[in-house]
Amino acid sequence: MSILINKNTRVVTQGITGKTGQFHTKMSKEYANGANCYVAGVNPKKAGESYEGIPIFASVKEAKQQTGVNTSVIYVPPPFAAAAIWEAVEAELDLVICITEGIPVRDMVEVKDKMRRAGSKTVLCGPNCPGIITPEEVKIGIMPGHIHKKGRIGVVSRSGTLTYEAVGQLSDLDLGQSTAVGIGGDPVNGLKHKDVLELFMNDPDTDAVIMIGEIGGSDEEAAAEWYAKECKNKKPVVGFIAGVTAPAGKRMGHAGAIISGGKGTAQEKLAVMEACGIRTTKNPAEMGKLLKSVL
Amino acid sequence: MKIHEYQGKEILRKFGVATPRGHACYSVDEAVKAATELGGKVWVVKAQIHAGGRGKGGGVKVAKSMDEVRQYAGQILGMQLKTHQTGPEGQKVRRLLIEEGADIKKELYVGMVVDRVTQKVCLMASSEGGMDIEEVAAHTPEKIHKVFVDPARGLTDAEADDVARKIGVPESSVQKARSVLQGLYKAFWETDASLAEINPLILTGDGRVVALDAKMNFDSNALFRHEDIVAMRDLDEEDPAEIEASKYDLSYISLDGNIGCLVNGAGLAMATMDTIKLFGAEPANFLDVGGGATTEKVTEAFKLMLANPKVKGILVNIFGGIMKCDTIATGVVAAAKEVHLSVPLVVRMRGTNEDIGKQILKDSGLPIISASDMADAAQKIVAAVSGK
Repeated sequence: MSILINKNTRVVTQGITGKTGQFHTKMSKEYANGANCYVAGVNPKKAGESYEGIPIFASVKEAKQQTGVNTSVIYVPPPFAAAAIWEAVEAELDLVICITEGIPVRDMVEVKDKMRRAGSKTVLCGPNCPGIITPEEVKIGIMPGHIHKKGRIGVVSRSGTLTYEAVGQLSDLDLGQSTAVGIGGDPVNGLKHKDVLELFMNDPDTDAVIMIGEIGGSDEEAAAEWYAKECKNKKPVVGFIAGVTAPAGKRMGHAGAIISGGKGTAQEKLAVMEACGIRTTKNPAEMGKLLKSVL
Repeated sequence: MKIHEYQGKEILRKFGVATPRGHACYSVDEAVKAATELGGKVWVVKAQIHAGGRGKGGGVKVAKSMDEVRQYAGQILGMQLKTHQTGPEGQKVRRLLIEEGADIKKELYVGMVVDRVTQKVCLMASSEGGMDIEEVAAHTPEKIHKVFVDPARGLTDAEADDVARKIGVPESSVQKARSVLQGLYKAFWETDASLAEINPLILTGDGRVVALDAKMNFDSNALFRHEDIVAMRDLDEEDPAEIEASKYDLSYISLDGNIGCLVNGAGLAMATMDTIKLFGAEPANFLDVGGGATTEKVTEAFKLMLANPKVKGILVNIFGGIMKCDTIATGVVAAAKEVHLSVPLVVRMRGTNEDIGKQILKDSGLPIISASDMADAAQKIVAAVSGK
């Protein structure tokens, strides 16, 4: 098993006609069971056409009716991305993975509020994330598939390439991954570390988890505190936090990676994680080794 | 994106927030003219820089005569104003705000940010105005009152009035405070602000509620829909290297160390900086070349790093996923040749087309030090820079 996605997931690409959407849909379709998983695309102006054999529909709702998709991946440009999320939510998909980077925070505040108000059961991952992969089953996002191996380690992270780094180290140590989840670097988003950690804790096919965070906000602390309270002895979790050297008040690339008002420092997060029973390393080249040492 | 106090006040006025009358000035003569036009007997001469803590640094003076206006304007304009936010070199003052004096009876604090946990706009208010709000939060958190605003409804009359009373606004002025708080919320929401702060918000002797200061920052991802705010950008207040970087869509931040680093991805870039520190040196910059790095982008990135005289060595750390290692290698070689690289260069590459990339570096004939992983790379560049 795995979390969130597997070989039976059926995916619609929102933004399938754009350059990024096309490139990554093609790459994802070529990965593992992708040819069976990628069954629909959306563009109201190009309904009836197709891309790489994938039919394009006018709306997510129509794509769902025609193909039975349960998951969407979004490559729509930032000004329209929040509306695309809402469209997928209204179509009552199970999961929406928003890759788009650069969505205004206000748009995310609005769409998240609408989701809460509507009591939506749709799970949002992202935005500004690399996506989710269940190795050797399905890849939904922009990560390089070939570095992954099927296995029993869960990976959750706010960063793209740093996730690849962790996955690469695990694969080199012959530790495969159950699922790797990129939750994204934006301040207002969907899945948080705690949510993904909980899914991994309840997944019978995940034995241990690497949790990668960075400066800004308090999601890592919330996840660590939840872990300490609910399932400390259930499965080992190890962690790394990027940004020990980041200066306060400067956004470090990701919109959410900022130390403000003295809050959200790497030191603070590392201290809370350690206190909650999550072993951490200050050397990002040793994330894999650390995980191996706790198995 | 940040703006000046006088620009923040212009925005707040549009949303019904009362502020003192005032004019932005670029010269002493303009300052005197502005004070004359304002009339009255007391004026405030305020340095306009983006950093906070201007008063303590000597950038805000109260003038009681036209001679004093002239004197203070002359002192402040052109000075290197040092505050806890500018760093030791300070920031040159190029603009002034000349305002009418205010009759301050009580100083309050109000501010707004987007709260990440509730995913709503959070109004923070305190009776302790004029002070550093982080200090108040650290020592007397009970004096900070918070309201998480429902995005569909906005800040309600009841919420605004309740907060006003809690921070000590007398009953006779509660309605005036309400307009300020609701105006601040509307300004925050409609301009896509990331921070809006009035410190101090004052109660005057005659019961008015006035914004004596205004600090606003904006969500850079939303600037595409705010041409008027983009027009307020003051490039003199920004790091020239960061401005140059943004032209090439590079995410760059200057730091104090001597090892330049070029990385793909923000998280990996921070992790690379941390690894340099772990092995005993300090990074000179944060630099994320992003997902679609071209030879031109890599060359510009090298130029940026080398324009910093402190840089004694460069570390390139690439995890090639969608971006292929051979593309980066070609870029690195071209860049190193174009800039006649004279400092040590360590390259660590992993991922797609890793072997081709490494071969390109090897065949270049350049003295590039190859590294197997991040830690190895950091150790090698630290050793090279310290001459070991």
